[in-house]
Amino acid sequence: MAESAVTLTTPPELVRVPLVTNDRKHTWITDKVSNIVEARTPLWWWAAFLPCSLIAFIGLLCIGYQISNGVGTWGENKTVGWAWDITNFVFWIGIGHAGTLISAILFLTRQKWRTSINRAAEAMTLFAVVCAGIFPGIHVGRVWMAWFLAPIPNANGIWPNFRSPLLWDVFAVSTYFTVSVLFWYTGLVPDLATLRDRAKSRVSKFLYGIFALGWRGSNRQWRHYEMAYLLLAGLSTPLVLSVHSVVSFDFATSIVPGWHTTIFPPYFVAGAIFGGFAMVLTILLPARLLYPQLDDLVTRQHVDKMAKIILLTGTIVGYAYLTELFMAYYGANKFEFFTFFSARMGINNPGWYAWAYYVMMFCNVISPQLFWIKSMRTNYVAVIIVCMCVNVGMWFERFVIIVTSLAQDFLPSSWHHYSPSWVEIWTFIGTFGIFLSLFLLFMRFLPMICMFEVKLVTPEADPHNHAKKDQEGQH
Amino acid sequence: MAEYRKIYGFGAQFESPAALMQAAEKIRDAGFSKWDVHTPYPVHGMDKAMGLGKSWLSLPVLIGGGIGALTALLLTCIPSFGIYPIIVAGKPFDWRTLPAFFPIIFELTVLFSAFSTIFALLIMNQLPKWYHPVFNWERFTRVTDDGFFIVIESRDAKFSETKTRALLEEVGGLHVTLIHD
Repeated sequence: MAESAVTLTTPPELVRVPLVTNDRKHTWITDKVSNIVEARTPLWWWAAFLPCSLIAFIGLLCIGYQISNGVGTWGENKTVGWAWDITNFVFWIGIGHAGTLISAILFLTRQKWRTSINRAAEAMTLFAVVCAGIFPGIHVGRVWMAWFLAPIPNANGIWPNFRSPLLWDVFAVSTYFTVSVLFWYTGLVPDLATLRDRAKSRVSKFLYGIFALGWRGSNRQWRHYEMAYLLLAGLSTPLVLSVHSVVSFDFATSIVPGWHTTIFPPYFVAGAIFGGFAMVLTILLPARLLYPQLDDLVTRQHVDKMAKIILLTGTIVGYAYLTELFMAYYGANKFEFFTFFSARMGINNPGWYAWAYYVMMFCNVISPQLFWIKSMRTNYVAVIIVCMCVNVGMWFERFVIIVTSLAQDFLPSSWHHYSPSWVEIWTFIGTFGIFLSLFLLFMRFLPMICMFEVKLVTPEADPHNHAKKDQEGQH
Repeated sequence: MAEYRKIYGFGAQFESPAALMQAAEKIRDAGFSKWDVHTPYPVHGMDKAMGLGKSWLSLPVLIGGGIGALTALLLTCIPSFGIYPIIVAGKPFDWRTLPAFFPIIFELTVLFSAFSTIFALLIMNQLPKWYHPVFNWERFTRVTDDGFFIVIESRDAKFSETKTRALLEEVGGLHVTLIHD
């Protein structure tokens, strides 16, 4: 070896991109985030809230119509017993997963960029689970008997079957919602105290004061608070992975071709995170546009990182689709082969829903591949287009899984085409109204960015940052 | 401030987390026990600077989780083994069916643990407590914005109206104020 080969050049120093740009101070963060809540209600808020709440109202009317007339108002038939209702349920519950991933898993893995988006993402989780919870409730038909889902003997003294994945689902979803609420509220308490201390009117001081529980930021409190937050994150992490696994058991434990596969739990969880992140970006990007003062808190870096997660999980989902196809081909089960290649892909078959399969493939597998290019990940127009594709694609994924498998199963004589009725369509649109109305209310009345955690990631918060402080003191 | 009201203690503000940390170390070394540090966010390393150990909140959570697991075990086993055994597809309904109960056992463990976390947190932090003497100090509202404070209570054995004030000023405290109950 020639000695000259050993000479090393020192690499240029890599500078970490700051999470809060323009070196903002604590007071700036408090002011900008609290101002959103304290300022007069902007006109655009009403312009957004009124149509959303109207749509929510129409959705509720449809639910009322369906309850009073029975599930016959939907397009379901004797072959396709699960259709839009369960598709919508799985769609909404999946969206919730991104919020918990951001708040819990990224917390455990010390991803500090989560701090400026976790509050909004967690709120999104709650509202998505609210929307999801509507569907299993109303699809039982006789909603006044929905209490049969509870783990108690029913009116005839019959206990529920604890070995049924449908009952596991009741436990999983209700636990998920409850724990998400607790986690979200725990994170809100110090910020509610900020709003309490800034409140001008007696009413808001009273209300924020009640919910802030008398928080006074004492270190003896922070000590337990941080431990509680860590434990809740630790509990939520396996919980979020379990929820969509259990949802996938609803399908995987049956023998319907196209459902009966062991790949479902990881495939559903990856898909849930994928669809959830797309929804986070779908609502955060307009929010950021409407509140330009948040530009220094929710930066291009955040969008870039979320786009990377979409690319990763989208690719996992694509891999799962291909694995399913391969297993259908290699598994020598002719019913499964038929479901995948004929019912879904439309080979040698009328292919009622083949278009849905290709929409799903394009939206979920091909469109996120755009995010390999860095300029696309930071281009908001490109990001929002891809996210819209993913939102559509993830809904179609559940539709394809549920409806194509049921419409054409073992016996050709029992095959039946399914198409939704107007009641189903408006109930689904209505849940978007409920979701967006709740989110707009959240933006209006609660701090949508976790102020205390964002302050914590600024250089000012570092207790070992003496030199910088001294310089500032001399000004 | 009305004179007849009881003295709660002394409060002092500090410029930065760094100054607060140094001051807290000195107060700790001076041997105070009834005092606290108030910050807008958890300052890392402050537990050590205050001489506090690790939070023991995980203990009630462990107990709560255990109770949750046991509850779920009983909830699934008692009806399935005794009260109302359901035979589906000829599958067993005795202890061999336990794996089918794992999802419910897991979910209830998490649920009970989460509730234990919240209740333990509230009890250990003595919350909700809507009235507290420190709220009488006008400057204290900045604790949720950018204020860093040390409050030494009058019930501390080492408390003295003159010496404690001097100590807080010596360690770099600004706006040292007597807080009344």
